[in-house]
Amino acid sequence: MKVFTNAQAVKGPLLIAECDNAAFKELVSVTRSDGSKVQGQVLEVFEKKAVIQIFEGTQGLGVDNLRVKYLAKTATVGVGENMLGRVFDGMGQPIDGLEYFPESQRDINGAPINPVARIQPDEFIQTGVSTIDCMMPLCRGQKLPIFAMNGLPYNKLAAQIARQAKVLDGKEFAVVFVAMGSTHAEADFFREEFEKTGALNNTVLFLNLASDPSVARIMTPRLALTAAEYLAFEKGKQVLVIMTDMTNYCESLREISAIREEVPGRRGYPGYMYTDLASLYERAGKIETSDGSVTQIPILTMPADDKTHPVPDLTGYITEGQILLDRGLFKRSKTPPITILGSLSRLKVKKGQVREDAAALADQLYAAYATGIEFRDLVAVVGKSALSDRDVAYLDFAQAFEEEFINQGFQQERSINETLDIGWKLLTLIPKSELKKVKEEHIKKYYPQ
Amino acid sequence: MGKLIAIAGPVVTAVEMDNPRINDVVAVGTENLLGEIIEIRGKETIIQVYEETDGLTPGQPVTSTHKPLSVELGPGLLTAMYDGVQRPLDKIQALAGSFITRGIAVPALDEKKKWEFKPLVAVGDEVVEGQIIGTVEESSLITHKILVPVGVSGKITKVEKGKKTIRDPVAHIGKTPLFMTQHWPVKKPRPYKKKISTNEPLKTGQRIYDFFFPTVKGGQCAIPGPFGCGKTVTQQAIAKWCDAQIIVYVGCGERGNEMTEVVKEFPELKDPKSGKPLMDRTVLIANTSNMPVAAREASVYTGMTIAEYFRDQGYDVAIMADSTSRWAEAMREISGRLGEMPGEEGYPAYLGTRIAQFYERAGSVRTLADVNGSVTVIGAVSPPGGDFSEPVTQNTLKIAKVFWALDAGLAAKRHYWAINWLQSYSLYAEQTDSWYDENIGKEWSTYRRWAMDLLQQEAELLDIAQLVGKDSLPQEQQFLLLTARLMREDILQQNAFDDVDMYCPAPKQYSMMENLHSFFLQGQKLIQKGMTTTELESHKSVEFIGKMKYTKDLVRLGDIK
Repeated sequence: MKVFTNAQAVKGPLLIAECDNAAFKELVSVTRSDGSKVQGQVLEVFEKKAVIQIFEGTQGLGVDNLRVKYLAKTATVGVGENMLGRVFDGMGQPIDGLEYFPESQRDINGAPINPVARIQPDEFIQTGVSTIDCMMPLCRGQKLPIFAMNGLPYNKLAAQIARQAKVLDGKEFAVVFVAMGSTHAEADFFREEFEKTGALNNTVLFLNLASDPSVARIMTPRLALTAAEYLAFEKGKQVLVIMTDMTNYCESLREISAIREEVPGRRGYPGYMYTDLASLYERAGKIETSDGSVTQIPILTMPADDKTHPVPDLTGYITEGQILLDRGLFKRSKTPPITILGSLSRLKVKKGQVREDAAALADQLYAAYATGIEFRDLVAVVGKSALSDRDVAYLDFAQAFEEEFINQGFQQERSINETLDIGWKLLTLIPKSELKKVKEEHIKKYYPQ
Repeated sequence: MGKLIAIAGPVVTAVEMDNPRINDVVAVGTENLLGEIIEIRGKETIIQVYEETDGLTPGQPVTSTHKPLSVELGPGLLTAMYDGVQRPLDKIQALAGSFITRGIAVPALDEKKKWEFKPLVAVGDEVVEGQIIGTVEESSLITHKILVPVGVSGKITKVEKGKKTIRDPVAHIGKTPLFMTQHWPVKKPRPYKKKISTNEPLKTGQRIYDFFFPTVKGGQCAIPGPFGCGKTVTQQAIAKWCDAQIIVYVGCGERGNEMTEVVKEFPELKDPKSGKPLMDRTVLIANTSNMPVAAREASVYTGMTIAEYFRDQGYDVAIMADSTSRWAEAMREISGRLGEMPGEEGYPAYLGTRIAQFYERAGSVRTLADVNGSVTVIGAVSPPGGDFSEPVTQNTLKIAKVFWALDAGLAAKRHYWAINWLQSYSLYAEQTDSWYDENIGKEWSTYRRWAMDLLQQEAELLDIAQLVGKDSLPQEQQFLLLTARLMREDILQQNAFDDVDMYCPAPKQYSMMENLHSFFLQGQKLIQKGMTTTELESHKSVEFIGKMKYTKDLVRLGDIK
């Protein structure tokens, strides 16, 4: 290992130091004159000079009396089945007071899954949340983000999904939870939530908190996804990865990009943000050589509730749909406040995984609710008296749909068949002749008598 | 041999290179990573690397191949699935497993497989560059024509027919052996005799394209749209059903699962005319969003070169690039690492030129072999935030002749294909009108103009109706709104999941339009006689029109009484 004692400059989280042919992305350990140590990684390298990104930040770092040690390895993380039940910090160090002995060391960047080796995700995951299971079903190996807004209870929704998610053959999920720039309160909420339900034994937590250096935030999801891939593709587990908050992650990306004086793209975010986000999201999937799967639920808060902001926008282009929350629903105390208009899942559930009427029923409910909402807007202009009986029926339907279908709360768990039955019951509010999207035979079979 | 002196992501710098030339391919580092020379500054050579560069160190060797980035063209291309630099993904899987590791070198075409070569020339024949000298039955759908490489001509001195691998010579010109394959640099357009203009439409079986916004064989089309509007589904549907003989599908920086869907689905889909698997006419290029960014930049060129090669054999080829925005972003990323002066939104100043050059490689041509062939390009664009004023969309619209504008509002209403009929346009419509009038039905162009006019009038009337209420409009206008609604719901909307409606042949499109037109004329008369729109709305002819799309053998709408 090569050690140098001279640095040339410090700027933001970057240290420019002497080196002798260091490797691109090589890990570096820097010791201050008082003996304290920080970690870094080579971002750009020349024969005698390296640009090093310091994870912990450069506070208190000078250019003299430093020991810069090149560790002759790129970033790896220790992984193993024994990670389950453990809590790590954003750099992969255990913070639950115990030592950790990994089974294996892995490169945190992984390698791209070969598209011919993938299996198209089509196996239904029951989240127990009606809106998701019926209207935007989640599949094993899918990446389905929650587009959240500040002030909405999106963490409760994420915890509910983590708690309730089941696959039909009864297999349980191992949960990998990643906090990026979260507050202590948020991290504690999840930890307590997992403890309370006994799910902690089947969960790995990686916590990069708001008070932690932002540079390390770039590493945290990569460590976690490497652990998830190991559990899924080598140990055959069904892994659910919850990542919150992607917006914080992107802020860090922007911060580092600005310090490196890179040409900014939209709103100051770096031009490569799409590629960078894809290198995280595309690690979800199912492959032919394993029974396991990595399913991702990334959470992001949309700045100013704006869906066209670069973070949700680029995410939407990569992920397979989105679960969109709605402030109006929350204000009307409908929880979880998932709006079915604007939410979507791009993947189709395989035939036979859910009841035969599920897909058409979802279409019918969507159409009826959308019509109802249109009339709600109209009533605001012309008044209810201007509506026909048919129109009023749709208005009532939309109201009842929000009340009974959406508003199940964070504690209730519904099976997919319960969800479908509620859907059918609600359809009795509109004239039977209006049911054009569901099949005649299904009406006979499932329409409440 | 050169050596590395600096590494910054996919861009590396080397010195002491032996005769470096722009665009030559190099092997970088001890793992022989694939790279390309993109800039020469005095002694320094700047290289973009097509694979991840983690762990590379200055001092490692760099060797030039002294050849530009090329693809190998010959039998075995069809049904293949390549990454952005023509490495077959199934061979990579066989070597490396489920994940793509670095430094894998695999031949693009199967070198062991024997093909039956049927010569079309004899000893003593004079041949010229680009001429067809023989054929190979490559798949159940396509006969691969073997071409004399560009730059070669002379008298045939030897012909070898029968079962040959691509490494066996099949003919000789003097001492020069000719093989079934040839190499071509991806960034250089393949030559042809001349561009020709054609009025023959590329038929897709989708009403919104064929009837309303048609393209010709050799056309240049763009589909911009925000996420969730069905851009990819649209591209895939055209790839499935259009009447090009060869499809090149480039998944450029998009989702891995989508490419998987194509790989798994296409072999099961049948060509509507021949009943043979669609995969037999398809070449797939998949450089997904998490695969190296430099190879993503190369992928659209790789696809285009393969498309041109089949065009040169006399085929009509359609190339789908999904998405050109990701390609442009790859350019931006590389440009940023080079420290180039940025243009709009950080894209390089040459963005418009590159986009134009790419689209201009499309067209109908008279080939060197003196046959007609064409390349139709259909490029998806993913504008950030769905904002069409951004640079990639705008530069694309400058050159593309067909603009299919995807609309988030329509998609939210579950109106598919979510193509906005007021915003979209086709500059080929007048050309194709004459073809359709002659070959499908003589009123085609009349109906098309009537339909466009009707939809335009509807948009204007709806604005008024919103102010005064629909009921206060005169009966004629209410009836026009009814007809326009039927046009939208029963003709524009197409159900890609219905066995009948997923593919609507041109004669059926004509009958559907004929019926709606007849309904409109008859209805107008009845309204004049005092019938109300409400009465007509519940008439059984409306039900008939609603069922048209699901009916295989359509009959004529009779008299409305």
